[in-house]
Amino acid sequence: MGNILSLTTFLPLIGAVILALFLRGDDEAAQRNAKWVALVTTVVTFICSLFILTNFDPDNTGFQMVETREWLLGLQYKMGVDGISILFVMLTTFLMPLVIASCWDVKTRVKEYMIAFLILETLMLGVFLALDLVLFYLFFEAGLIPMFLIIGIWGGKNRIYASFKFFLYTFLGSVLMLVAMVAMFADAGTTDIPALMTHTFGTESFSLLGIQIVGGMQTLMWLAFFASFAVKMPMWPVHTWLPDAHVQAPTAGSVVLAAILLKMGGYGFLRFSLPMFPVGSEVMGPLVLWLSAIAIVYTSLVALVQEDMKKLIAYSSVAHMGYVTMGIFAVNQQGIDGAIFQMISHGFISGALFLCVGVIYDRMHTREIDAYGGLVNRMPAYALIFMFFTMANVGLPGTSGFVGEFLTLMGIFQVNTWIAVFATSGVILSAAYALWLYRRVVMGDLIKESLKTITDMTKRERMIFAPLVAMTLLLGVYPALVLDIIGPSVNALVGNYETALATFEAATQFASN
Amino acid sequence: MIGADIQILMPEIVLAVYAMAALMAAVYTTKDGMAPLLTWATSGLFVLLAVWIRINGQGTNIAFGGMFVDDGFARFAKITILLSAAAVLLMSESYMQRRGLLRFEYPILVALAVVGMMVMVSAGDLMALYMGLELQSLALYVVASLRRDNVKSTEAGLKYFVLGALSSGLLLYGASLTYGFTGTTLFSGIIEATANDPSLGLLFGLVFLLAGFAFKVSAAPFHMWTPDVYEGSPTPVTAFFATAPKVAAMALFARVVHDAFGGIVGDWQQIVAFLSVVSMFLGAIAAIGQTDIKRLMAYSSIAHMGFALMGLAAGTAFGVQAMLIYMAIYVTMNVGTFAFILGMERDGRPVTNIDSLRMYSKRQPLRALAMLVLLFSLAGVPPMVGFFGKFYVLRAAYDGGLAWLAVAGVIASVIGAFYYLRIVYYMYFGEEGEALDGKMNPVLWTFLMGSALIMVIGVVNLFGIEPMAAAAAATLVN
Repeated sequence: MGNILSLTTFLPLIGAVILALFLRGDDEAAQRNAKWVALVTTVVTFICSLFILTNFDPDNTGFQMVETREWLLGLQYKMGVDGISILFVMLTTFLMPLVIASCWDVKTRVKEYMIAFLILETLMLGVFLALDLVLFYLFFEAGLIPMFLIIGIWGGKNRIYASFKFFLYTFLGSVLMLVAMVAMFADAGTTDIPALMTHTFGTESFSLLGIQIVGGMQTLMWLAFFASFAVKMPMWPVHTWLPDAHVQAPTAGSVVLAAILLKMGGYGFLRFSLPMFPVGSEVMGPLVLWLSAIAIVYTSLVALVQEDMKKLIAYSSVAHMGYVTMGIFAVNQQGIDGAIFQMISHGFISGALFLCVGVIYDRMHTREIDAYGGLVNRMPAYALIFMFFTMANVGLPGTSGFVGEFLTLMGIFQVNTWIAVFATSGVILSAAYALWLYRRVVMGDLIKESLKTITDMTKRERMIFAPLVAMTLLLGVYPALVLDIIGPSVNALVGNYETALATFEAATQFASN
Repeated sequence: MIGADIQILMPEIVLAVYAMAALMAAVYTTKDGMAPLLTWATSGLFVLLAVWIRINGQGTNIAFGGMFVDDGFARFAKITILLSAAAVLLMSESYMQRRGLLRFEYPILVALAVVGMMVMVSAGDLMALYMGLELQSLALYVVASLRRDNVKSTEAGLKYFVLGALSSGLLLYGASLTYGFTGTTLFSGIIEATANDPSLGLLFGLVFLLAGFAFKVSAAPFHMWTPDVYEGSPTPVTAFFATAPKVAAMALFARVVHDAFGGIVGDWQQIVAFLSVVSMFLGAIAAIGQTDIKRLMAYSSIAHMGFALMGLAAGTAFGVQAMLIYMAIYVTMNVGTFAFILGMERDGRPVTNIDSLRMYSKRQPLRALAMLVLLFSLAGVPPMVGFFGKFYVLRAAYDGGLAWLAVAGVIASVIGAFYYLRIVYYMYFGEEGEALDGKMNPVLWTFLMGSALIMVIGVVNLFGIEPMAAAAAATLVN
């Protein structure tokens, strides 16, 4: 079991290679085989990841199951898992079989579609498990390629614009991070992530182009990483690629995008920004908090006026990610616990919501809210499930959505009451847009002629939703499931952060005296 | 004494004698009938010489009183030049054959150009440098206009010649100024003379020399000839231009700035950094509007030269190493890309419009995939090997105190990514269009697939090129 992490990461890639090399033809049978190979691969990957979970010791705050190999230029191939990354790994492996199952009805280029998702899974797992800066960057960036193709080939009408915007936006953010990584490599002489966490980057302020940089190199590096993660997250005002990408992406692509890819931004903040640049985080933290508050209120308002269901949910995702960044940069136990919890729970809920849209899109081929109404009359099971996830999205107590929002709000209240006030208003707004969407699509009389023959969810669709419902409920009533695993690691993270800040403040005071 | 010198020069002599013998043989026998044989023989000889240099090359050997230097750096560059020239020659055989362009002069001229390049990278003296450079250039002017009855090809040759002559003039003027102010043309003498207070005149000489080199590597603002020559020349010739001569010119660039002007790094560093940043941005922005894939590759090569110069601008041994690795990767990518372009045909006629690739992926999934890999590699997106080239030069630039250049470089690479993606768009997302021919020459196919595979598998350890480049760079910079 020495290399369980590599095994889990590269299993989907092996599945993709098998599909590419051994599956010929494009007839019905070949398509079915492709789907089955993909499904089996993702399920096996999930089982592998369960081994990681059972072998994981939450009380050990360091990295576990570490694998190291030499690579180029003094870089290493190093994988490891800790309390912060493990749940993202589990989220990915848990959702991928559902994603594959949700595209059972795809008819065009099925083999390539499955290969793209399998490669994407490998890359996503790699992001969460990599313990070397450049290795992380490699997985982080490479994920753009399959997603670019998924949106561009299998997307909607305006897919070209959306795929280019998605790629170039995220690419621009990440290359700045690359320069910062080069700078870190030069400064610390290593790209080993655990080593970098204990390395103190320069904090002496200097002026650049006439601007005084408080916190010096740390602030600059923090900004470079922020450029990447804020776009990925996405934070207001660099979120505009997301609605386009979501609307044009095929259902499965939207699910992966919302449920997993967005979490890379939050994960990045926790893995790099906070532990490596504590001073930079402290200097820039208030900015992030205000941006988050604006995101929560503003994008919730924007969501209210959307006419496209996917766009509405996309904006709601931006708002929910606002809680995450807010929680992270509150930098206390509740805030970060809540942020991670919110990311995991949002993975289930937003994934499910996009699947809900997919269910009716597959039947009616439109996402216009006006094209629907009164679905409850012909689709009772669908109405129930959609209702459940709408409530979870609003943050109803008893669902996982509530726990995340509550914890982040509690975290931020200790830091800045005003931001907490603004952010809490977002809870009300989210109820407004989510319930109104639900009313317009599901409630009322079924008067539209085209909807008269719509059928309820099939068995396959129900089976996809079942695990999501279970997880949302389970985490809602028993959040300790998550908090016990992440707690010690988060505690250590916050502790190190405060120590680093105290050292810095003592040093500055010493200098000023 | 002279025997030992000739021993060092052996690979060049063998190749030169071979070229002349082949010329005689072809003229007095069947002429063009021998062309296919000569093409294969020349490529074979290139590969043999590369192997010979790799196995035999030891230490630093100086011949003819410092005129000719055979060191690890020269050997690295020579192997890259020989192998890429061999690959391009092999790829051109069927293309040229079917268009009646396969004249016996073609492989011979390429062989002579390669001799010139080998002399260039080994030059230890301004005169040797100029000899190598001119031998290379003259051969290239002729192959550019190989298709004599075609206006564009003739124009390409003429344009290349006129501008090339101008740049040679600049270079010679720089050389004469350098000679005038230092009293020597030997690099080892120049570096001594610059050690104590370089005069203003010498700096003028340096600037003219660099301008000449910038023309040869097609760095902006001396790039004007590149798009026209790339577009007008027969495609195999374009492929050749994009690979071996670029490596030779870049290696020469590195040798002169380090061997002759290594004492005044600060003076040339700003010039090289300027060339680098202008090339990266010009290459990235000007390529956006191109509809012809050969012109697009011309701008792409300008941008790539900008990145390679970024490594050089660092002025350190690591910078040279990064530049060598970048060039080796660049050449490999370009061989694959041009193999693809050479295979673009409709009804047996070459097509170079990008929009002729509409939905190529449906008809030729494997070839489209290989091209996709190459394009992302050219754009520098990981995990393709092209990313590592960028990573090395970024690291070099940052270590050399040029953080601003690194930032400018990555921004240019995002702009540049757009036009590579545009080709992907045509191949994968576009609408149906008129189909290209399905058949592809097996040689081209092999090079396309091989190059794409290298771009993916290379992520493991770059095929061990790193220590070789490091050793090569260490012999140049000390």
